Amino acid sequence: MSILLGRSPDRSEPRAAPAHTGSRTTRILGAGVLAGVVGLGLFAFIFSPPDSRPGPEAGTRIGQFDVVRLMYVHVPAAIWTYIALGTCAAASAAYLWRRSAWWDRLAHACAEIGVVLCAVMLLTGMIWGRPVWGTWWEWGDVRLVTTLVLFLTYAGYLALRSVPAAPEARASRAAILGLGGAVLIPIVNRSVEWWENRTLHQQSTLEELRIEDLTLFTLVLGIFVMGLLVLWLVVHRFRVAWLEAEAESAGLQAALAERRAEAAEPVTAGPVAAAEPVTAGAADDGAGSAGP
Amino acid sequence: MRDVLLVAGKDLRIELRSRVLLFQVAPFAVATLVLLGFALDADRSALRNFSPGLFWVAVLLTALLAAQRSVAIEHAGRAADALLLSATSPARIFAGKALALAAQLAVLEALLGVAMVVLYDARVDHFGLAVASASAATVGIAAAGTLYGVLAAPLGVRETLLPVLLLPVFAPVLIGATRAFGDALGTAAVNGWAWFGLLGLFALVYAIFGALAYGPLLEAET
Repeated sequence: MSILLGRSPDRSEPRAAPAHTGSRTTRILGAGVLAGVVGLGLFAFIFSPPDSRPGPEAGTRIGQFDVVRLMYVHVPAAIWTYIALGTCAAASAAYLWRRSAWWDRLAHACAEIGVVLCAVMLLTGMIWGRPVWGTWWEWGDVRLVTTLVLFLTYAGYLALRSVPAAPEARASRAAILGLGGAVLIPIVNRSVEWWENRTLHQQSTLEELRIEDLTLFTLVLGIFVMGLLVLWLVVHRFRVAWLEAEAESAGLQAALAERRAEAAEPVTAGPVAAAEPVTAGAADDGAGSAGP
Repeated sequence: MRDVLLVAGKDLRIELRSRVLLFQVAPFAVATLVLLGFALDADRSALRNFSPGLFWVAVLLTALLAAQRSVAIEHAGRAADALLLSATSPARIFAGKALALAAQLAVLEALLGVAMVVLYDARVDHFGLAVASASAATVGIAAAGTLYGVLAAPLGVRETLLPVLLLPVFAPVLIGATRAFGDALGTAAVNGWAWFGLLGLFALVYAIFGALAYGPLLEAET
C-alpha cells in the first residue's frame, strides 16, 4: 500500500498529495523493469531456441519456429490482464464498501493498464495466429471471442470514466461497471477447458508443463518482468490520477477565491456606483444571494 | 410485489400515452430487419438460415432504444428523485422498471417474429423452445438494459455511451439466443435447451446484480 501513496486506504482523503509521480522506490523499480526488459529481450530473441522438431519425412522440420517467441509477450500479457482487471473489480467492490477515493483510483489505474495489456494480448495473438492457424481471426475460437468481449467491456469502463461528472457519482458508476465486467474474467480464463471442442487454443502452457528448459525459463522471466512493469505503471497511473484530482480541486478553490475577491472590491464605474459606492459587505450579500 | 407492479404500470402507462413504442421503436425494429435482408442480398435461403441471428441483432438494437427510453422518462423532470422519495426500495424500482422494459420487448419480439416469418420465410419447428428461450433472453436484456441505462442516464453523452456499455454485455445473450433459436427454427443442429439454460443463468445473474447495484447508482445520480 505504501508504495502508492504511503497511506492507509481506510481514510477517505490523504494527508498530502505527492508533488510528482516518481519516488526513490519507483525509480529503483523502474531500473529493475528496464534491466528485466533487456534480459527478456536477450533470452527471447537470442538464447532461447526456436520451436523446431524433426518432421515425419526425413530431412524436414516442423514447429512454430521463430513465431514461438511471441509467446514470451502474449502469455505474460494474458496473465497480467486477468490480474489487473481482477484487481480493478476487487478495488471497485472495496470502493462500494468503504467509499474511499483511494480504491476508486486504484480501480481506474488497474483498468487502464488491464485494457492496454488486453490489447497487447489480442494483437500478439492475432500476429501469432496468422502463420500458425492460417488466419488473423477465428470466430470459432471461444477464448478469442470472449477476450474481445472482455476488451470491449473494459474499454466501455474507460469511456464511462472519461465523461465529466461529480467525482463520487463517477466513482460509484465506474465501480458497478468494473464489478459487472469481472464476470467475464473466469469465463475467458477457463474457456479453453470448458469448451475444448470450440477452440483452437492449446490447453494452459504452464499447467501442462509441455515446454522445458530455456523456453520455460524465458516464459517465466517474461511473466516476472511483465509483472514488474505492470506494478510500475499502476503506481504511476495511480499517482497521476491523484494529481489530476488535486489540480482540479486547486483550480476550483482558486476560481472561488477569485470570485470572492471580485465581490469584495467596491464598484466604482457607472453613474449610480459613483453616487452611491457599494460596500464590501453589500457586495458580499449580493453574491451570497445569487450563489448556491 | 405491489411496488414492483406500480412502477411497471407507471412506465407502461407512459408508453401507452406517448405511443413512442408504437410510432418510433417498432418501425425502427422492422426497418432493421428489412436492412439486414438487403445486406444478405435478399437471398431467401440465406435469410432463412441466418434468421435466428438476424432476429436477435434486430432485438438487441431495438432494446438499446427501449432502454434509453426507459431511463429518459425517469431523468426528465427528475422523476427519479420522486421515486426515491416515495420510500420504495431501489431493488423494487429496478424490478418494476425491468418488468416494464421486458413487457415492451416482448411486444416488439412478437412483432419481429411475425416479420421474420413473412420476410425471411422462417419456420418455427419447436414453438415451446422458441418461447422459453425468448422469455429468458428478454428478462436478461431487460435487467441488463435497466441497470446500464441508469448508469449512463445522467450523463450528457447517454445516447452514445449506452451502446458502448451495453452491447458487449449483450454478446452472451446474442450467442445463446441465436443458438437456441437455431434449434427451434431448425437451422442449426444444436441442443437448444442447453443454450436456454445459459440464457436463464444470464437473466438470473443480471437480475440479482441489478437489484443490488441499483441503490448505489440512484444515490449517485441524486
